[in-house]
This record gives sequence, C-alpha cells and structure tokens, in this order.
Amino acid sequence: MLGPTIDKYAAPKNAYSLAFTLTPWFAWISILLFIGGIYGGLVYAPPDYDQGESFRIIYVHVPAAWMSMFVYVVMAIAGACGLIWKVKLMDAVARSCAPLGASFTLLALVTGSIWGKPMWGTWWVWDARLTSELILLFLYLGYMALQSSIDDRRTAARAGAILALVGVVNIPIIHFSVEWWNTLHQGPTVTKLDTPSIHVTMLIPLLIMSIAYTTFFITMLMVRLRAEILDQERNTTWVRDLVLGGTDK
Amino acid sequence: MNEFLHMGGYAAYVWSAYGISLVVLILNIILPIRREQALLHTIKKKLQREASKP
Repeated sequence: MLGPTIDKYAAPKNAYSLAFTLTPWFAWISILLFIGGIYGGLVYAPPDYDQGESFRIIYVHVPAAWMSMFVYVVMAIAGACGLIWKVKLMDAVARSCAPLGASFTLLALVTGSIWGKPMWGTWWVWDARLTSELILLFLYLGYMALQSSIDDRRTAARAGAILALVGVVNIPIIHFSVEWWNTLHQGPTVTKLDTPSIHVTMLIPLLIMSIAYTTFFITMLMVRLRAEILDQERNTTWVRDLVLGGTDK
Repeated sequence: MNEFLHMGGYAAYVWSAYGISLVVLILNIILPIRREQALLHTIKKKLQREASKP
C-alpha cells in the first residue's frame, strides 16, 4: 500500500541506518545556520525604530514558536499514520517528536515572557495567544505522560495518537488568535503576503534562524528515532549484531 | 564591544532569552545521546549475560 520505497525504510533496520547516515549532515547544516543566524540577528540587523535592541529576542522567540506548532503537526500526522497503517516506525517518530516540541513550546513561552516584560510591562497576560500556546505545552506534556504511564507500546502509541489528533484543533487557534481576539501580542509580521511589515535586513536573519531550528529539530529527531528503534527492536538479530559486532559504545 | 553587550539597556532581557534558548537546545542534544548510549550499554550487557549462560 505504501509503495516499495517507503516499505524499505519502514523496515526498522533500514530506517535506523538512514537516520544514522543523515544525522551528521543535518547537524552540520544546523550549526552553520545557527552561526549565520545569530550573527545576523545580533550584529547585522539594525535596531528596531520602536523597540530598540530588545527586538533581537525575535530571533530566538519566533522560530521556537513556529517550531512548537510545526513539530506538533508532524507528531499528529506520524501518530495518525501509525494508527491507520500500523507502521511501528511512525509511532516511534511521534514519540520522538514530543519532547522536542515541548522544548520549543517552553522556549517560545519563556522568551516571549522575557520580551513582554520590557515591551508590555508585564511577564504574562491571559490572552488568547499566550493561553493557547500554554495549552500546547500541556498537550505535549500530556502526550509524554501517556507514553511513560502505559507499558504496552502499541496501546501507548494509539492513545497518544488520539490525544495528538484531538489537540490539532489548538494549532489554528494559536495561529489566528491574534486576529480573532484583541491582544497585547503583535499581529503577524512575516506571513502577511501583501506587504511584510518587517525590513529585509531584519527578515533574513529570522528566516535563517527558522531553518536553523528546523534542521536542529530534524537532527535531534534522527538521534531520538535511533534510540526508539533500538528499544523497539532490542530482541532482533540485527540489533544483536549491531551491539556485539560494533565498536565499544 | 561594551555597547554591544549593553544592548541599548535591554541586556538583561536579550541575553537571558538567548542564554535560556542555548541551555534548552544543548540539553536537547545531550539527553538523547546519553539515552541512546545507555540503551546500547543495557542491551549489550543483557546479550553478554545470555551468552555466558549455557
């Protein structure tokens, strides 16, 4: 049903070796992008006419916030594939996404709070954007709690996938919250198609940082996936050969 | 350099936001690698125990 290529990589052994091969590539791309993005954000971009130097928090805040939603969608899609086609690899992808997504969500909330204090005069407001992002953190934590409290992998994956899919409704709420409700949070600056209200010298570092975060996510997803596959397949001959035949790890 | 570190008076906010991001990202590198190595170690020990038993 999935075609020969996907079947090939859905075989845990091949998926493991693919993840192993891809890890250093994405790691190096991510490191280079982080260096360029941080230099661009802290040095190259001019200070904002309104917010001064404090706007530089955007370069760690916005990519984290984007990733918090992107990783959730990846987790929900992987969970759905695991649920529908019973591909164990997809369950492993979903499980690996959760702690990464939770980290990005936490970063979005904390850096947003640190940015909010000098700009709004408060660390926190219970408005739609901040509250829905906090709910996203609870969805991730709920998913992780489910995974660790259910011993049977299949059951844990099914329960997690259902939770993740129900929680998807929160994603458009986060995205449109600044348009649907009045809020202290500023509106979208980048995704407005007609006239982006951010200058190109400020926009380029933001885009570089976003790709840096994305490749960082892919890198660490590969590493987490490797451990998940090893754990799933610990009683198979190929894991036995890998562990006993390999160098002292 | 001092002016750069000063961040127009927002040093505490800018550097803490970047610092916390750095710490969380580094933890996200260290913890999964340690988990993978611990897992490999556990599996290896188990296999060696099984091999030594007749």
